[in-house]
Amino acid sequence: MSAAGIAVFAALAVIAVAAGIAVFVVDSMARATFALAMSFVAVGGELVLLTLAYLGVVTILMMVMEMAIMVIFMVMFMMNPAGLMPMSMLHNKRGALAISVGTFALLAAGALAVPWPARRGVVPAPAQTTRAAGEAIMGGQMPVMVGISAVLFATIVSALMLAVPHGRYDHAPRDARSPHDRGLHDNAGHDGTHHDGTHHDGTLHDGGDWR
Amino acid sequence: MTAVQVAAGWSVVAAALIVIGAAVAAGALDAAVDPRSRTVSLSARLLRPVWETSRLLLAQRRATTAADGLLASAGSVLPLLIALAMVAVVPLGDRVVAAPTVGLVWFNAMDVVLWIAWWLAGWGPNSVHPLVGGYRFLAQALAYELPLMFALTAPAVAAGSLSVPDIVTAQQQVWFVAQMPIAAAVFIGAVAAFSLWGPFAHPAGTDIAGGVLAEQPGPARLLVRLGQYALLVVGSAMAVALFFGGGAGPVLAPWAWTVIKTAVILAALVWLRHRIPVWRPEKLMRTAWLVVLPVTLLQLLAVSILTVAGAAA
Repeated sequence: MSAAGIAVFAALAVIAVAAGIAVFVVDSMARATFALAMSFVAVGGELVLLTLAYLGVVTILMMVMEMAIMVIFMVMFMMNPAGLMPMSMLHNKRGALAISVGTFALLAAGALAVPWPARRGVVPAPAQTTRAAGEAIMGGQMPVMVGISAVLFATIVSALMLAVPHGRYDHAPRDARSPHDRGLHDNAGHDGTHHDGTHHDGTLHDGGDWR
Repeated sequence: MTAVQVAAGWSVVAAALIVIGAAVAAGALDAAVDPRSRTVSLSARLLRPVWETSRLLLAQRRATTAADGLLASAGSVLPLLIALAMVAVVPLGDRVVAAPTVGLVWFNAMDVVLWIAWWLAGWGPNSVHPLVGGYRFLAQALAYELPLMFALTAPAVAAGSLSVPDIVTAQQQVWFVAQMPIAAAVFIGAVAAFSLWGPFAHPAGTDIAGGVLAEQPGPARLLVRLGQYALLVVGSAMAVALFFGGGAGPVLAPWAWTVIKTAVILAALVWLRHRIPVWRPEKLMRTAWLVVLPVTLLQLLAVSILTVAGAAA
């Protein structure tokens, strides 16, 4: 890696650790969530620098999406669902701190102490590193893993289809809804212009700029 | 058609300026075809981006109580920044700013960052209507993101590469839209969805006073609006690269074909904006998971079979 590469790597490493610490320092659920996201994005950048472009970008993609999903869980399960009030992000303070510092020390010691093997064979071309990493990790089991991923996803979709036959608003009989609600619901039924002559047909439209 | 090549370093600035210029043009077109502005003269409508810019820049600042300024600003700036990050991998004719081996995944990762961007735009101001809008967007994102991902997978499978220039090159015989029309339609729909556009504008709905846009003070609102149009521009240009042969076409230069095709898709999106009712997230979710997702997966299966059969033949 070039000197500039090492400098960027070091900067990303500092960002990753600092953002990780920020998760426990800030007093807002949203800031903690996105500090964690930033930490993972920095780690994704490290992977890109290690020529694992696919894994790096996918790490960014997955972790950012995961944090946004966590926001949805926030509204489902928290006592302060909007997360707007300042609140401590810390539960089991001492234990959490001990576990985090211990894990960090263990991993850092491992990274420094392990006798890393010398490179064997040729360096794969950038386009081949994803395949090379996949073969190194999964070897002959790759077709099985690919098959399982499709089956797992199909299972998730089918489970959802079975578990949620109706949406949250679909329990009320149709006629019980307000006319306004029906207007939102039915895309058809445009029945002329509104009394003030504006574009209004009982449906909701994109707002536009005149506001 | 020649292969797509990486352009010189200054092209970063050129790409950003082109996107912003195209976003302003899209804003003017939107004003021109907005059915609610029929009473205004055409020249005044075409200049709406200018009026809007000056109005928003001069608008009085207002602040909400206990807003999270940092996160709200991030929400205002991110849509435009994401559009500019996306355009790095989108070719203009036979030139592209960057050609990473995983350009397609980069585009996908950036559109996922929009989940955070729109939610922060809603959450940051500490106000009810934007907050509702932010959560509406997350529900909408859950509906459109998986179909979008599988729609992106189809051209990658057909080209055997995640690199956008490779995907453009793979369409020299036949444009992918002919082979995978559903994936192309789903992709263009998802572009509208992540730009909060037309039928997917529920997170910024008029029923919640503009939702994620409600508490954006002047300049911040200008940035968000610009970001929205920039996302539409970049999304349309990406659709051209992935499904409509990139710069391929007779007589004219490749860059001209990219511009023409992008303009057609962009104009269609802009024209449809006020002409399709807004789609509420729970309806969208049902349609997306029970209809669009299975159909997109079948499309992917068909593409995979065609690709394997083509490779075997």
